[in-house]
Amino acid sequence: MKLRRSHIIQATVLLIGTIFLARLLFIQVLSEEYALAAEKNIVQPVVEYPYRGVIYDRHGELLVCNTPIYDLMVIPKEVKRLDIQAFCQDFKLCAATFAHSLTKAKAYSYVKPSVFIKNICEEQWASIQDRLSEYPGFFVQVRTVRQYPLPILANTFGYIGEINPQQLAADTVGYYAQGDMVGISGLEKMYEEALRGQRGVRYKVSDARGIVKGSFKEGALDQASTPGQNLKTTIDRALQVYGERLMEGKLGSIVAIDPQTGEVLALVSSPTYDPNLLAGGDFSKHFGALEQESCAPLFHRPIMAMYPPGSIFKLNQALIALQEKVLRMSTAYACDKRLLNCHPHPSPLRLKDALKYSCNPYFYHVFRNIIGAQVSTNAYETTRIGLEKWCGYLKSWGLGRPLGIDLPGEKSGCVPDSQFYDKWYGKGRWKTSTIRSLDIGQGELLITPLQMANFAAVVANSGYYHTPHLVKQIGEEPALPKEEGKHELVIDNEHFEFIADAMQESVEGGTSWRARTKGIVICAKTGTVENLHGPDHAVCIAFSPRENPKIAIAVYVENAGWGSRAAASIAGLLIEQHIKGEITRPWLENYVLKGDFFH
Amino acid sequence: MKTKQNLLAHIDWLLLLLYASLVIFGWCNIYAVGYEKTLDQSLFDFSSSSGKQFTWIVITVLACFVTFFFDIRSYQSLAYVIYIFGILLLLSPLFMGAGTGGHKAWLWLGGQGQPSEFAKLACALAMAKYLDENNMPLARLKPQLVLWTIILVPVAIILLQGDVGSGLVFSAFVIVLYREGLPAWFIVLGLFMVILSVLILLVPHLYLIIGTVSLALVLIGLARKSLKRIILIILLTLSTLALIEGFHLVFEKVLKPHQQNRIKALVDPNIDPLGIGWNVTQSKIAIGSGGLWGKGYLQGTQTKYGFVPEQRTDFIFCTIGEEHGWIGSLLVIVAFLGLILRILYLAERQKLRFARVYGYSVAAVFFFHFMINIGMTIGLMPVIGIPLPFISYGGSSMLSFSLMLSILLKLDSERKEHRSWQQISH
Repeated sequence: MKLRRSHIIQATVLLIGTIFLARLLFIQVLSEEYALAAEKNIVQPVVEYPYRGVIYDRHGELLVCNTPIYDLMVIPKEVKRLDIQAFCQDFKLCAATFAHSLTKAKAYSYVKPSVFIKNICEEQWASIQDRLSEYPGFFVQVRTVRQYPLPILANTFGYIGEINPQQLAADTVGYYAQGDMVGISGLEKMYEEALRGQRGVRYKVSDARGIVKGSFKEGALDQASTPGQNLKTTIDRALQVYGERLMEGKLGSIVAIDPQTGEVLALVSSPTYDPNLLAGGDFSKHFGALEQESCAPLFHRPIMAMYPPGSIFKLNQALIALQEKVLRMSTAYACDKRLLNCHPHPSPLRLKDALKYSCNPYFYHVFRNIIGAQVSTNAYETTRIGLEKWCGYLKSWGLGRPLGIDLPGEKSGCVPDSQFYDKWYGKGRWKTSTIRSLDIGQGELLITPLQMANFAAVVANSGYYHTPHLVKQIGEEPALPKEEGKHELVIDNEHFEFIADAMQESVEGGTSWRARTKGIVICAKTGTVENLHGPDHAVCIAFSPRENPKIAIAVYVENAGWGSRAAASIAGLLIEQHIKGEITRPWLENYVLKGDFFH
Repeated sequence: MKTKQNLLAHIDWLLLLLYASLVIFGWCNIYAVGYEKTLDQSLFDFSSSSGKQFTWIVITVLACFVTFFFDIRSYQSLAYVIYIFGILLLLSPLFMGAGTGGHKAWLWLGGQGQPSEFAKLACALAMAKYLDENNMPLARLKPQLVLWTIILVPVAIILLQGDVGSGLVFSAFVIVLYREGLPAWFIVLGLFMVILSVLILLVPHLYLIIGTVSLALVLIGLARKSLKRIILIILLTLSTLALIEGFHLVFEKVLKPHQQNRIKALVDPNIDPLGIGWNVTQSKIAIGSGGLWGKGYLQGTQTKYGFVPEQRTDFIFCTIGEEHGWIGSLLVIVAFLGLILRILYLAERQKLRFARVYGYSVAAVFFFHFMINIGMTIGLMPVIGIPLPFISYGGSSMLSFSLMLSILLKLDSERKEHRSWQQISH
């Protein structure tokens, strides 16, 4: 009996040992689960952010770059033998701020790093760099932010900000994570994928409290980040700077395009702001202030503001009428001020002179001829058919729809078609007389400054345009295939020649005389746009030289009164700057700079 | 006075070898727990755990050496005195004032010693002495009462001090009583109670009652119309149901929810996922990640980076599992099995009942610690904080386990003299 009991005890001991070994065999050798869980415990992927691509102008001048800013970090546990007085002196802190920051850091974590001083600029960092080793527990963490050597093109570049939940949800490939910085507007948004580069990852080993102990498998699985691609834009820095200077104190836009390629040479939105304000630490403070301003500096006027084009639209009317053969070049009308108000000039006159002197009543007849052609016995039906035809022409040269510039948020403007008026007045309740304000580019017609400049390019090219764009090269690759962006218009070449002649005469002896520049052939047309809410807007489109044009330009200055004054002067100065590279008429420059049309 | 050579003449070298290898391995392991690459500490750095443990090993070896100078008869004659001393030691924290965190037992010797460790040794000696002097069958009530008293008095004091783990260790002595003739139904009943309480904690109340009743019905069906058996089954079922109901009532009405959870977490650690559950999960991850050969000495990540709590003491086996893998675990478990079986073998070969009972007590205590400690790290046993003999960090457990072993070695080395001495005395 006793012998058996001792055996039972021994057997029990062996049984327990065997169970343990079997269990250990299962969790250690047969099951992968625990090994994976252990790896998950200690391995933390640390994202390495790539260097964001920089942006150059057409001549390779740097427009947007990256600059480091420094955050002083602290690990409270490692702070030892600290000479608080010397520390505060070095970092320009008062003792109370120091104590407050340290308490805050300790409250967050005793062993993990937290930010002690945010946004130390490069100069201050350089002055304290050497002495940092005297303060154990403190170290510096570098971030890069955008920097703009010149405070230009703020709205064109746009800004970078933290990704929002919608963008995160839209990211189907799972590139982004919460807290990532992405381009929110402008070129930063449009070329985000090229600029951002490829993120890298480093696998760190950290302990249960999250303190990093080293790299996992000596970094064998780490992936280095690939820097983003640089952009070479079509912007001419000198022209852009000059344009922004001329527009100081004014509301409005300048768009300058190289007609032969569609490259945007300058894109001025005024008022503007220093893009450096929206880079770095104080983003929300500055952004809030800019948003509050009544003149809307964040509104990108060249592509978003929609204006009635005014008298420059007479060029369009003339082209359509000529192509439709409802007007001959020799047709003359008297300047009948009962039809429309006008300014003093010779009368009666033919089409070229009507354009040269910008005669309003003349174009009352032109528009009537276009949409009033007797195709139906019903006056309403006639207008409807005429208007549809008219709309077809306008849309074919890029009005009433976005041109497709490589910027987000481009507006289409408004080319009112029959559906538009049906909605407005009711079907069959509008005719030529109802919509007659369209004849001189007023009324429901709305065009963006970019579309105006594009039209100038169309005339310059005698009938075609390239999609306007801002980026020439992404990295080393050309950004836009040249042929794909070319659009031909269905209007005979000779009509363009005629229009260009009229524009040239307008500069040489007509309403656009302020654009006249010695030694350069300039073609221009000004306009004064009636404004119900204040002084009239001034507008001018121009291109130069006549042969082999280098620049097509649109200038729109809000509330500047008579178009010839502010707008034509600015257009002339910019053309001279672009073609000659110097300004020969300082008096005109002064005249423009002094003009302050802020209301 | 005997010479030194005589003192070690008949010692069991196999047991001593197993003991020494466990102690040395345990010490290296404690060094591994505290090891940090950057610090480059020495094994003997006295500010580190391994350095302190080394001090305790030296003290232990000296103390064990001293035990060899005593005549074995002195252990027998002093057994009750030692027992009383052990009880007083257990009570000492109560006289010396309140302790910290419920574990008043930690006060002794400036937080280093645990009187409960010494109480096991004292209890073993007292039991051995009683059984040796009263050579009567254990089936009778009187010896059972006396022995249960010897065991339960220290248990009661330890439980009052809040150290449930150390208290439960004394249940290991049931193995000794079984060997000495305790009726087998005691063991069956004990196991039944253990299984029943686990079931009560794991299975919803209603299911358990339905299960019990259906089991009873099946058994009645199998009883082949024997009235005696049927009555017995019905009685057993009724008492089981009464037990379940009573337990349920006490558990639900008397205990507060957080106390209920603490008890439930013993059988199902996931009830307390951030406390006990966390410990068990991380412990299994650490051991499980060791693989067949382990990550290598000093190369553990889970144990070193603080994922496993109570690293040096209760969860020391994690370091072994992680750094030495299944092979290392196998060697440690085989060493423990060898140690326990060798002790059982030595106990069986004693002619003196005192020595045999004492030997079984030592084996039972080691076995219980081994089973609970390793079992809890791999999720097979409830989390009861008791150390792994010779491996866990801690001076008092090292000292008391070693003393238990050295006294056994001394008794065994003189077993031939026992016989002559016993023959003379008879």
